[in-house]
Formats: sequence, C-alpha cells, structure tokens
Amino acid sequence: MHNFAIFFASIFTGNILLTTYLGMCSFLSVSKELKTSLGLGAAVVFVMATTTPLNWMVYQWLLIPFGLEYLRFIVFIIVIAAFVQLTEMALERYSEGLYQALGIFLPLITVNCAILGASLFMVIREYTLATSFFFGLGSGIGWALAIVAMAGIRQKLKSAKIPPGLEGPGITLVIAGFMAMAFMGFSGMIALT
Amino acid sequence: MAKSKLRKTFVEPLGKNNPVFVQILGICSTLAVTNKVQNTMVMTLGVTFTTALSSWTISLLRNHIPSRIRMMVETMIIAAFVIIVDIVLKAFYPEMWKQLGPYVGLIITNCIIMGRVEAFALNNKPLPSLVDGFASGLGYTYVLLSIAVVRELLGSGSIWGIRILGSWWTNWSIMIMPPGGFFVLAIIIWVIRETVMKEESHA
Repeated sequence: MHNFAIFFASIFTGNILLTTYLGMCSFLSVSKELKTSLGLGAAVVFVMATTTPLNWMVYQWLLIPFGLEYLRFIVFIIVIAAFVQLTEMALERYSEGLYQALGIFLPLITVNCAILGASLFMVIREYTLATSFFFGLGSGIGWALAIVAMAGIRQKLKSAKIPPGLEGPGITLVIAGFMAMAFMGFSGMIALT
Repeated sequence: MAKSKLRKTFVEPLGKNNPVFVQILGICSTLAVTNKVQNTMVMTLGVTFTTALSSWTISLLRNHIPSRIRMMVETMIIAAFVIIVDIVLKAFYPEMWKQLGPYVGLIITNCIIMGRVEAFALNNKPLPSLVDGFASGLGYTYVLLSIAVVRELLGSGSIWGIRILGSWWTNWSIMIMPPGGFFVLAIIIWVIRETVMKEESHA
C-alpha cells in the first residue's frame, strides 16, 4: 500500500519537474516537438526506474559499511553515467529499432538533474529498496507526463500571438506554472514524504 | 591589452551573456530554494565557488585530459568541489545543510558549470578561466537572488527572515509554492528581454 502511495504521489503531487524544478534544462529545450519529447520521456522513465534502486544498493551495501557516505555524489553520477553508457551499447548491439528511437536521447540523460535528484531524494527520505524502485518509476513517469503535455500545448501555441519578449522559454515557464498549479490540485489526496 | 580582455571576460557573463537570461541554463538546482533569500544566497555561493574553481582546475589540466573521457574527468572534478561545499556546510551550518537537502548535491548537474568548462576553460589559460567562471557565477547569483527577494517578500512578507511588510499584508502563499517560482522567473525573463536585450539589438 505504502509503495503505491509513493508511486502515485511521485507522479502527481510530488512531480519532480513541477514541484522541485529538476530537469528544467532539457524540459525547456526538448519540449518543442511531441515525438522527441515522447522519446526522451521514455528514456527518462527507464533510466530513473533502474538507477534509483541501483544507487540504493550501492549506497546501502557499499558506501555505508565502509563509512564513505560523503562520496555519494561522485559514486551516484558514475553509476548513472556507466549505466547509460552500457544501455546505449546494448541497444546498439541487440535492438536496432529501439536504438533508433531512444539511442540519441541517452547521452542527454547523464546530465539531466532529475535522475541524480531522484537518487539523492531516495537517500534523504530513507526509502527501502522496493520503495526506491517505485519512487524512481513514478518520478520518471511524472517527468515524462509533464514534458509530453508541454510539447502538446506548445504545438498548439505555434499559431498563437505571443509578445516577442515572452516567446520561447518565457511562455513555456508560464505554462509550466499553470501545470504545477493543476498538479497541486491532487495534493489533498496523497502527500509525498 | 591583456587587462581589457580580462575585464571583458568578467563583464560579459553579467550582462549580455548572462547564463540565465540568454541560455536559460542551470536553474534546476537552485530555483527550488528561491522561496527564501537566505537559502538562495548559500546555494548561489556554492555554485559560484564550484564554477570558478572547476573552470580553473580544468583549464590547468586541459592539455592532459584525453578528449575521449573528457566529460567524465570534468564531472569528477566538479563533483569533488561540490563535496567540499557539502562538507563545509554540514560542519559549520548544519541547520542550513538540512534545509537545502539534496540541492547541494545537484550543483554537480548544474548546466552552467559544465557549459563554462566546455565552452571556455578547455580553450583558455587558467586565470581567464577562473575570472570567467567567477563572473558566470555572479551573473547567476544576482538573477536568482532577485527571484528570491520577490518570492519571499510577496510570499512571507519578509526578506532574509526579517519581517518587512506590516501585519496588513496578506501573504501570497502561491509565491512560496512551486508555481510562484515559474511565474516570477517568466516575468523577469520577459522584462529583461523587452528592455535590455531590445536596446542591444537596436544598437
């Protein structure tokens, strides 16, 4: 039950993009096209759902026993980078179609703050292994949901008249603000702790 | 000659090449803490420190880093400086460290740092790189601080935790919640682009 609460809370009320602003850089630059944002969203879901429990294992079973908690930033980022690299190589070798669809997005992901952010939140909130998987999966889905919704809205906006200074990032931020308000509407139901 | 070039390196990131307005880079790690001026100050100091010193270090090593693994090396150097910030905060300001939570660690993935390293430090001498990193950090600091001042003033009626507005003021609680950050940043970008940037494109 608890895991499901965390799962839904991390998609909606605690959406990693709309409540903690993580992953803004790629959110602002990639959300122009629906198709590319779907690809990037899928890649983020996959990487977040795997690296968060992976980092949990590394942190609990390697760093804590040796008293090396302060090295977690470096270790987490290496785990994420190595995992992304391995996935890219495996995709290239075994699945041509999937590589075409996701391959180009994978390198972008290593520097996506949301991925590292999910791992750091997992440590601070002291999740268990199962919970950290659900949290990673939910956060990834939440991020993907936000970027796909934004891409859809921005495609409609192409025909709208926007003040020149507000074009591009400006209007995207305003819409993101409204989306954040909409997602906050769920907060009476479940809270992310 | 060399001096005027250094000054140019210092001034550009503050104005027309400001990392936040022009490229909208690196807001991820700090925007979340801009509901309080004090937290923002600490975070942006951390970013400035890391940007300046990692630019300097990487510039020193620029001829020795193999280009194939360059990103990895850069990330490690940046992470090392962020760990220093984290340990110092934890030791001297444990309350602040607790409030900032995961955001200190997220300085590593701040795009400004990697951006300056890739665009400037890899092709320039150590001293200009240090100046460039420091100036980019300052340019970042004043934008984020102005967001924080607006949000804390309207959202809690105070600045730096000190009550400014009297009891007649009704707090705009939306300002300290996540949507407020989006709106304030959008408005600031709008104002800057309409005024400063327009003048420059006319000139």
